[in-house]
Amino acid sequence: MKNSNKTKTKIKLFNKEKVMQWVFLLAACTSILAVLLICYFLFSNGYQAFKEIGLWNFLTGTVWRPNNDIYGIFPMIIGSLYVTAGAILFGVPLGIFTAVYMAKFCPKKLYKIIKPAIDLLAGIPSIVYGFFGLVIIVPFIRNTLGGNGNSILAASILLGIMILPTIIGISESAIRAVDQSYYDGALALGASHERSVFFSVLPAAKSGILASVILGIGRAVGETMAVVMVAGNQTVIPNSVLDGVRTLTANIVMEMGYAADLHRLALIATAVVLFVFILIINLSFSILKRRIKT
Amino acid sequence: MKKAKHRFDYVSLFLKILVNISVLITVLILSFIIIYIFVKGIPYIKPSLFALEYNTDNVSLFPAMVNTFTITIMSLLIAAPLGIASAIYLVEYANKNSKIVDVIRITTETLAGIPSIVYGLFGYLFFLVYIGWEFSIIAGALTLSIMILPLLIRTTEEALLSVPDEYRQGSYGLGAGKLRTVFKIVLPSAISGILAGIILSIGRIVGETAALIFTAGTVAQIPDSIFSSGRTLAVHMYALNNEGLYINESYATAVVLLIVVILINALSTLIAKKLKKG
Repeated sequence: MKNSNKTKTKIKLFNKEKVMQWVFLLAACTSILAVLLICYFLFSNGYQAFKEIGLWNFLTGTVWRPNNDIYGIFPMIIGSLYVTAGAILFGVPLGIFTAVYMAKFCPKKLYKIIKPAIDLLAGIPSIVYGFFGLVIIVPFIRNTLGGNGNSILAASILLGIMILPTIIGISESAIRAVDQSYYDGALALGASHERSVFFSVLPAAKSGILASVILGIGRAVGETMAVVMVAGNQTVIPNSVLDGVRTLTANIVMEMGYAADLHRLALIATAVVLFVFILIINLSFSILKRRIKT
Repeated sequence: MKKAKHRFDYVSLFLKILVNISVLITVLILSFIIIYIFVKGIPYIKPSLFALEYNTDNVSLFPAMVNTFTITIMSLLIAAPLGIASAIYLVEYANKNSKIVDVIRITTETLAGIPSIVYGLFGYLFFLVYIGWEFSIIAGALTLSIMILPLLIRTTEEALLSVPDEYRQGSYGLGAGKLRTVFKIVLPSAISGILAGIILSIGRIVGETAALIFTAGTVAQIPDSIFSSGRTLAVHMYALNNEGLYINESYATAVVLLIVVILINALSTLIAKKLKKG
């Protein structure tokens, strides 16, 4: 009697373990399902647009005129590239140096103040950033550099600020993850604190820092609301950093509200192009990460 | 040897100045944004802004606050269990070299990189066009729960990984099974990290605009049911900006949004500290 009871509980336990393992696995598969769904709905709709407009015409066309059913998103691709490059220019150096400070220079007491501040920077909604850009950065550029202010430059500065916390956070943990012996070794060889950090620790953290930059690029490419408010949104290829541009994201959010038929399909196709860009960014990131590992 | 020691190291000095200036700029930018918006916005925070119903006279943001709360809770209820369970599978159960783990990892990374406007478009195509819902709170919440899923998975994974293996071995050694070890030993030790992830997700939900405009819609009232449209605070601010008539109310809404974000951040720090102590 006793014995059978024992085996019973054992079997029950065994089952519970197994069942829960399957539950966890199933939950983990949600991501796969989500990606499949997103791909299906975007690509099937986008495909129709590509079929009607022509993939090449769509990607390289320089005219976007929905009223005449002319859909070329080349200016938007250029816009996204310019704005992202600008954001990297502003955000990456500032972010990495700040991360170095946070990881290796910051006194403990000060860290307790600055760290939450940077977290806060990450928490500010993009609509608030956009608003800030609209009332501060745009007028500032208009008054000092000319043009109407809504420009590549404004969007670049704003995005540079917005990707700061991403870059700082990930770079900082990458720097912290470097084995202490790198630092100690450099110090023991007579290098100063600064030199040890910059020439011994920092190179060792490069894969993590690269990861932060790539994530920053992803964030800049995908940012919508803030960019829409400061970039001007003209569908023309810009000639200077003071000209306005429209990014891929802005194109979608501005016109989706009233688009119909082919116009709507063209906007979904814009999202497909954006999505492919993001996939390429992700892919190059994983390849680089793997190469660094081996 | 002596000479080398006395030679002034300009490189070191330069690097030191560089990092100090960088951190100063970062902090100044943040302070400037916050102070500027507070100074401009606080004078316009009036009781009428918190009227129960929105109209064009009071431009009330109270309905938007309620909607933000509803969407946040719903998204978390859907995404948090899924995200935490996923992370448990990846860290505690999965064979690190199995194909399925690779696929899960790749898809999670992909989800993390997808811009919110693409989520919005997908939510529109799937929940509104395909399933046939109206602009609604539920469509918005479901869209956002997919959006925050990778964040929850990653933060929980990190939290679980930071639990030392000795804890697990100790638990096994005392005769506990895998499941019991996970729930009684690993999760409690990782709770502050998991909570931090949840709070980060709240921040993302509160600040989200692009994914909600085409899913939850822009109606400025508290909806009767979750199958009706309602706009969150961030969408509210976007709408005010679009109309272009309410710059002062925009400032005020920005203040409220910032206060919410600051509170969320403070809360996360506080909880993390308390949990570490307790």
